Amino acid sequence: MENLYLTIVLAPLIGAIVAGFLGGRIGRRGAHSVTIAGVGLSALLSLWVLTAFIWGDLPVFNETIYNWMVSDGISFEVGFLVDKLTAVMMATVTFVSLMVHIYTIGYMAGDEHNWPHGALSGKNSYQRFFSYISLFTFSMLMLVMSNNFMQLFFGWEAVGLVSYLLIGFWSTRESAIFANLKAFLVNRVGDFGFILGIAAIAMYFGSMDYAEVFAMAPEHAEIQVALFGGVSLMTLICVLLFIGAMGKSAQVPLHVWLPDSMEGPTPISALIHAATMVTAGVFMVARMSPLYELSEAALSFVLIIGATTAFFMGLIGLVQNDIKRVVAYSTLSQLGYMVTALGASAYAAGIFHLMTHAFFKALLFLAAGSVIIAMHHKQDISHMGGLRKYMPITWITALLGSLALIGFPGFSGFFSKDAIIEAVGHSSLFGSGYATVLLTIGVFVTALYSFRMYFLVFHGKERMDEHTKHHLHETPWVVTVPLILLAIPSVFIGWYAIEPMLISDWFASGDWNPIMVAPEHDTLLPLREHWHGQVAFIQHGMTAWPFYLAMSGLGLAAFVWWLVFARNPRIDEQLQALGGPVTRLLQDKYGFDDFNQRVFAGGGRDLGRALWMNGDRALIDGAIVNGSARTVARMAQRVRHLQTGYLYHYAIAMIVGLVGLLTLFVTL
Amino acid sequence: MPFDAAQLLPILPEITILVTASLVLLVDLYLDDQQKDLNHSLTLVGILIAIALTGAVGGGEARVFFDGNLVRDALSDLLKGSILVVSLLAFVYARPWLRDRGMLVGEFYVLGLFAVLGMLIMVSANSFLTLYLGLELQALTLYALVAFDRDSRKGAEAGMKYFVLGALGSGMLLYGISMIYGATGSIEFGPVAAAVAEQEISNKVLVFGIVFLVIGIGFKFGAVPFHMWVPDIYEGAPTPAVLILGSAPKIAAFALAIRMLVDGLESLHTDWQGMLVILAVLSMGLGNLVAIAQSNIKRMLAYSTISHVGFIFLGLLSGSQQGYASAMFYTIVYAVMSAGAFGILLILGRKGFDAERLEDLKGLNDRDSWYAAMMALIMFSMAGVPPTVGFMAKLLVLESVIRIDMVWLALVAVFFSIIGAFYYLRVVKFIYFDKPAEDAPALLTTGGVRFAMSVNGLALLVLGLFPAALLSLCQAAFA
Repeated sequence: MENLYLTIVLAPLIGAIVAGFLGGRIGRRGAHSVTIAGVGLSALLSLWVLTAFIWGDLPVFNETIYNWMVSDGISFEVGFLVDKLTAVMMATVTFVSLMVHIYTIGYMAGDEHNWPHGALSGKNSYQRFFSYISLFTFSMLMLVMSNNFMQLFFGWEAVGLVSYLLIGFWSTRESAIFANLKAFLVNRVGDFGFILGIAAIAMYFGSMDYAEVFAMAPEHAEIQVALFGGVSLMTLICVLLFIGAMGKSAQVPLHVWLPDSMEGPTPISALIHAATMVTAGVFMVARMSPLYELSEAALSFVLIIGATTAFFMGLIGLVQNDIKRVVAYSTLSQLGYMVTALGASAYAAGIFHLMTHAFFKALLFLAAGSVIIAMHHKQDISHMGGLRKYMPITWITALLGSLALIGFPGFSGFFSKDAIIEAVGHSSLFGSGYATVLLTIGVFVTALYSFRMYFLVFHGKERMDEHTKHHLHETPWVVTVPLILLAIPSVFIGWYAIEPMLISDWFASGDWNPIMVAPEHDTLLPLREHWHGQVAFIQHGMTAWPFYLAMSGLGLAAFVWWLVFARNPRIDEQLQALGGPVTRLLQDKYGFDDFNQRVFAGGGRDLGRALWMNGDRALIDGAIVNGSARTVARMAQRVRHLQTGYLYHYAIAMIVGLVGLLTLFVTL
Repeated sequence: MPFDAAQLLPILPEITILVTASLVLLVDLYLDDQQKDLNHSLTLVGILIAIALTGAVGGGEARVFFDGNLVRDALSDLLKGSILVVSLLAFVYARPWLRDRGMLVGEFYVLGLFAVLGMLIMVSANSFLTLYLGLELQALTLYALVAFDRDSRKGAEAGMKYFVLGALGSGMLLYGISMIYGATGSIEFGPVAAAVAEQEISNKVLVFGIVFLVIGIGFKFGAVPFHMWVPDIYEGAPTPAVLILGSAPKIAAFALAIRMLVDGLESLHTDWQGMLVILAVLSMGLGNLVAIAQSNIKRMLAYSTISHVGFIFLGLLSGSQQGYASAMFYTIVYAVMSAGAFGILLILGRKGFDAERLEDLKGLNDRDSWYAAMMALIMFSMAGVPPTVGFMAKLLVLESVIRIDMVWLALVAVFFSIIGAFYYLRVVKFIYFDKPAEDAPALLTTGGVRFAMSVNGLALLVLGLFPAALLSLCQAAFA
C-alpha cells in the first residue's frame, strides 16, 4: 500500500517537475499530457482507494515513510495517514484537479495574448501554468495525507506558495501582483497562529504524530496555561490552529485576500480558491476533532467566526458586478457554513459540505470561466445577458450548479446545507443561537445573489457590444466536458453520500475513528435518529424554514432580475441606490480592506520607514558603521605618524615602554 | 661527568642543520654562477633530513642533557618540526626570486640555515644561557640577512636599524637574565623555578628582572611598544629575507616566552600576566588600526604581524595549559600563513620590480586563479573567517581568556579583529574585483613553488576543518 500512496502523491509532482523544468523542450502538448497523466493516475488510484474503503475493507494506513530528523526527542517524519476522511479528500482533490487540468487546455489556449508582447515572463507560460497546478495537487495531497504536524505544515505552506504563484501568474499585471502579495501577507498572519499552535503541541505533547497526540490529548485537557490570566491548553492550541485555518479558509477577518485572488486565471480560482485549498482549514479542524472536542471555548469561537463569515460575506455578493467576485463571495459564505458546522461539532457535515461544495463551486467557477472565454475576458455581468442561447451547455450546467448551491431539494447542496443548519440548531454551545439565525437567513441571501448572477448572465437581452456578441459561441469540448463531469456529482453526490457520511458511522474503521465527537456535542444525533431515507429527508426539508427562504430568494431574484429587468434594465442600479449607506457599506466590504491598508499596510510601511531612516540609516549605518569606520580611518592616519623612520625615536619608544612597565609593576 | 655520546642524539636535528650550513659554506666556494642551484638543493635536503631526525629522536619522556643546558620534550619536538617545515617553505618560495636577480648565492642559504640553527637551539634551551646564545645566533644572522642585498640602500638602512634596536633589546633581555640569576643564583630553568617557588627571594628584584625579560620577548615578537623595527625592516629588507624573518622566528620567540616565563617563572604568573595584557591590547589595537592606513603591502603585513602577536599573547597570559596550547597553535598557524603571504609577494615580483603596493595584487585572479585562491585563503585565515584555521586559532585563544574571566579582553580582541578584517578583505577585493595592470609582469613561479603554495594554502583550510590533529599535539606539549 505504501507504494500505492506514494504513487498517488508523487505522480503529480513528477508531472510538475517535467512540465516545469522541461516545459520549453516538450512543448505545450507535452506539458499538458504529462501533467494530466500524472494527475489522472493519482485520481484513478484515489478513486480506487475510496471505493476500496466504501465497498471493500481497506485497512487504515498510518505509517512513516521517511524519518527526516530527530531533534530533542521529537522526530520529524514524512508519513501517510489514510483513513476514510483522507480518502474522501483525496478523491475530491484529485478529481476536481483533473477536471481543472483538462479545462485549462481550453482556457489557457490563447494565453500568449495575456502577456505584453515579448515579455520574458510570458515565455512558456502555458507549460508553467500546468506545472504549477500539478505542483498544487501534490502539495494538497501531502497536506491531506499527512500523519503528522510537520508534514501538515509543509503541505499547508506549499499550497500557500503555489496559490501565491498562481494568483500572480500574470505577473505583468499590477493588480495581480497586489493580490498575490495580499494573499501571501494575510496568510502569514494565519500561519503565524498555526505554527504557534503546532509549537504548543510539540512543547506539551513532545510529539508531532497525530495518533500519539490524539491519544495523549485527554490527559492534557486539564492543563492550564498562564496566558491572559490562564486559559486551558486545549483552548489555546485549538484557537491557534484555527487562526491558521482562518487564513487558509478565508474566515473573517482574514478573508480579505480571497476576493482579490480572483486576479488569477479562472481554473485556479476553481481549483484552489473554491474547491480545495481554501477547504484545507475545514479539513484540518475536522482532522483535529479529538483536540477540538476538548475545548468548548474554541468550538464556540469557531462557530461564531464561521456564522459571521457565512452571512456577512454572502451579503457582499449582492452588490458585486464582476462574475468571478460574485462566485468568490459565495465561496466565502459557503466556507463559513462549513466552519460553522465544525464549531457545532458536526465535523462530518462540514466535510460533507466541503465535498459537495467542491463539485458545484468548481462547476460554477468553470462555468464562469467559460462565460469569460466567450466574452473575450470581460467579467462585468451588467454587460452580459442572454447567453443561454449561445452557450447551452454552459447555461444548463451553471443552472444546475446554482441550484445545488442554493440547496434546491434533491441537489447535493440541499443535503449538506440542511444537515449543517439542522446540526447547528441542535448545538447548545455559546453562540449557537446567533449562528442558527444567521445561517438560516443566509440561505435566502445565497439564493438571491446566485440567481441575480444567473439571470443577469444567461437571461434577458444581450447587453454586450456588437463585436463580442457577434463572436459569441459555445466553448470547446475541453471546457464543456469538465462542466458536464462536474455537474453530475453536483446534482447527485448528496443523495448518495449523505447516508454513509452523516448517518451511519462510516468514517470509523475498526477502532480508528478520525472524527471524534463527544456525546454531549453530538449535534448530528437527532438527524441520525430521525433518518428515514433521502426521500423523507427531502420531504422534511421542504417543510422547514431554509427551504422557504431559498425559494423566496430564488423567486425574488427571478422577479427582479428577470421580469422587472426586462422592462427596466436600470433596476439593478436603482436598487443599489435605494440601499444607500447599506449598499456603500457592502461595496466597501465593511471597510476591512481600507482598514488593513491604512492601519496595517500603511502603518507597517511607516514604521519600517521610520526604523530605516532613524534606526538603520542614521544610527546603524551612519553612526555605528560608517561613523566608527571614519573614526578608525582617522585614528589610523594619525597613529601611523608615530612611525617616523628615525632610529632614535624607536629607541625612545622602547625606553618609554620600559619605564612604563617598571613604574606599573615594580613597587618600591 | 664523562661525555656520553648518546647525549648528542636529541640534538641531531641541530647538528644536521649545522653540518648543512657548513657544507653549503664550503661547497659554494667551488660553484660557478650556473651551479648555485646546488646550494638550494643541499639546503632542502638538509632541512628534510632534520625534519626526519626530529621525528626519529622525538617522542617519549622529556630529557635534560648537556649538564642541564638543553632539553628535549614534546614542546621542543613540535616547535622544531614547525620551524623546519616553515623554513623549508620559505627556502622553496625564495628560490625563483633569488635566481631571477642573480642572488642565488651561498650567503643567503648559510645565513638562513644559521638562523634556523639559532631557533632550534632556542627551542631546546633549558637554561637562560643557552636560550640567549640561540637567540643571538638567530638575531645576528638575521641582521645580516636583512642587509644581504648589498646594493640596496633601503636594505642597508633596515639592517642597521634592526641591528641597533636588536642590540638594545638583547641588552635588556640580558640585563633581565642577570637580575634573575642574581636573585635565584641559577641560570637553569628548573632550579630557577624551584627557587622562585620557595618565595624566600625579594619579589621586587624578580619582578624588576621580569620586566626586562618581557621587553626582550616583546621585542622579538614585535609587540607594541617594542614593535618599531617591524614595519621598517619588513619594508626595507629584501622580500625573501622578510619571508624568513617573518615566519619561523615567531615560533622561536614563542619558545623564548614559554621557556622563560613558563618553565622558569610560572609561579610569578600574576606579575607577568599584567604586563602581557598591556602589550597584547596595545599590539592588537595599534597593529590593526595602522594596518588599515598602509598602501604598502609589506608594511601592512608588518602591522598585521603586530596584531597577531597580540592574539598570541592572549593565549600566553591566560596562564593555563589550555591557553599555552592555544597560543602555540596560533603561533604555528600564523607562521604558516605568513610564509604563504610573503611567498605570494615573491611570485608577483620581477627583477627590478618588487610587489610592494597593494595595487600590485590587482586582478591576480585574472593572472592566475589558483594562486589567487590560495592568497584569498591566506587572507581569510588571517582575518579569522571560518572555516579556515585562522578562525579556529582565534577562537581557541579567545576561549582561553574567557576561561580566566577576562571577558573584556576577549571583547577587545574581537573588536580589533573586526577592524582587522577590513584590510585583509581589501586584499581579496583587489585580487578578485579589480582588473590587473596592463604592464603586470608574468608570474615568477616554478612547479615546486606551486606545489608548496598549494600545500600551504590548502593546509589552512584542512586544518580549519580538522584542527584536532595539530591541536592535540599542542595540548600534549603542555600536558
